[in-house]
Amino acid sequence: MDAVKRYFRSPAAVAGLILLLVVIAMAISAGWFYPRDPLALAGRPLIWPFSNPRFLLGTDNSGRDIAAQIFYGARISLLIGGVATAIAILIGILVGAFAGYYGGWVDNVLMRITEAFQTLPNFVLLLVLVAVFGSTLTTVTIAVGVVSWPAPARLTRAEFLSLRNREFVQAGRTLGMKNIQLIFGEILPNALPPVIVYASVVMAVSILLESALAFLRLSDPNVASWGNLIGLGRDVLRVQWYVSAIPGIAILVTVLAVSLVGQGLNDALNPRLKGR
Amino acid sequence: MRILSLAGRRLAASIPTLFLILIGVFLLLQFAPGDTVDAMMAQMGGGDAATARELRKFYGLDLSIPAQLGNYLWRLVRLDLGFSSIYGKPVASVILERLPPTILLMTASLSFAFFFGLVFGVIAARGVNRWPDTLISTLGLIFYATPSFWFGLMAIVVFSVYLQWLPPGGFEDIGTVQTGIWRVLDVASHLVLPTLTLGLIFLAIYLRIMRASMLEVLNLDYVRTARAKGLDETRVVTRHVLRNALLPMVTLIGLQAGTMLGGSVVVESVFSLPGLGRLAYESVVQRDLNTLLGIVFVSALLVITVNFVVDLIYARLDPRITAG
Repeated sequence: MDAVKRYFRSPAAVAGLILLLVVIAMAISAGWFYPRDPLALAGRPLIWPFSNPRFLLGTDNSGRDIAAQIFYGARISLLIGGVATAIAILIGILVGAFAGYYGGWVDNVLMRITEAFQTLPNFVLLLVLVAVFGSTLTTVTIAVGVVSWPAPARLTRAEFLSLRNREFVQAGRTLGMKNIQLIFGEILPNALPPVIVYASVVMAVSILLESALAFLRLSDPNVASWGNLIGLGRDVLRVQWYVSAIPGIAILVTVLAVSLVGQGLNDALNPRLKGR
Repeated sequence: MRILSLAGRRLAASIPTLFLILIGVFLLLQFAPGDTVDAMMAQMGGGDAATARELRKFYGLDLSIPAQLGNYLWRLVRLDLGFSSIYGKPVASVILERLPPTILLMTASLSFAFFFGLVFGVIAARGVNRWPDTLISTLGLIFYATPSFWFGLMAIVVFSVYLQWLPPGGFEDIGTVQTGIWRVLDVASHLVLPTLTLGLIFLAIYLRIMRASMLEVLNLDYVRTARAKGLDETRVVTRHVLRNALLPMVTLIGLQAGTMLGGSVVVESVFSLPGLGRLAYESVVQRDLNTLLGIVFVSALLVITVNFVVDLIYARLDPRITAG
């Protein structure tokens, strides 16, 4: 409970939480405010924001409601960010746990693979994956997760290295517990907090990666994604710059919220490191 | 000499990694729909199955996958990256043409991010928890959350469309032929916005790390000794603190080299710079898998080179590393 109190004492962390809740609320309420398909034609193209009460944020080049796309885009960003992060953290924990626990050749092999993934620029690998497997919502989400696991893997490995010879693990071993039980039942719960905090960084990066991919028109074109809208607005950038500007602010706010919450959690869980 | 042998050993250790990457990506690309011959046939406007068979045989695409992989690696050892059917010349020369803008952009962004990250990090750490620190840290958080391509677009709107100070894209003015200093200035003016765009997120990261490591070093005993000796604060920071506080920043350059190269894919597309990143994007769109594989090879090579240089700098900054 101390941690919760410490969290709410930091104004930045609270602000981040509020912003994140607003984005989540947008994602949930999208269907109520805008029951129609956000990618359907809604009115005249390129209406400026605040000039027509029917389209509060205006319309894009093909006459689709920008506000509706922002609300539905929150769903896509949170969905891709959340699922890709879960995939990355899951792979990272498995690789890091086995490498750190067993050491020796298992560690060597797994760390070589991790190094290979870190040497190849993750956006280039993402391009390769999209080129091979196509760009549907599912493949893009999995691809973003697959390029993001090395850092959590290294973090988990470091935690396991420092925990694997502690007394509680040795006690478990004397009790005759199996390796798998020791890894997942005993060590992992102790190694988890820093990894969970790091998940916020992975999520922020995942959202940025997906939006960059969508901006390049290499993500799923059939969903209302903020990156898609920015890419579309690029064609009319010279005059109707708001088409690109508005979804960019949405991405900025979401990523900012996720990072602030992550930093708040970090400070709350590791009070000694506060201010670093 | 010890520095060189240490860095050399790290370099040698990265060769298996390089092969691991190439084998992995090569096998991955076997799953891609369509091969080089399909792309060529599409370029020629179609053709019969017999021609396709002939072409596949000519390029060795009718062999088994392990044999193809063996061939590819053997050609790679001789620095032959294959042939790009889209550009109609060897992949190696396509990549070589596109390399200079990317290296220029990365060097400029890195210098920008490193220098200002250092300066702002020091200022923030000196006034920790007072208004300069709060302002700099908040700006850092916002920069970190800004999508680079969006920042680039907005910069084009402000500086190229409204103020008309800087060109909106391209590597140099192709309308006029320029030489010497004028060409340098022309390229530089084209690179201002891309450099800021690519460097922004790294600036945010560097200033955060610099601030943290300054705070850590400022609390060490030897700094108290330096102050007790009567040195003024500026001298304490520049002569004693900075060198030690710089170590994490230098480490970060090596870690971020890949991310920066990935970022340049997006930034080069925004500013239509004819660089390696844009080539990567084009080869995905045009299904030019030979070129894509070549880019994977070259970018891994670039990252390994940067890390080699970082090792050398690191050893120079901290002599203890070679002693161990």
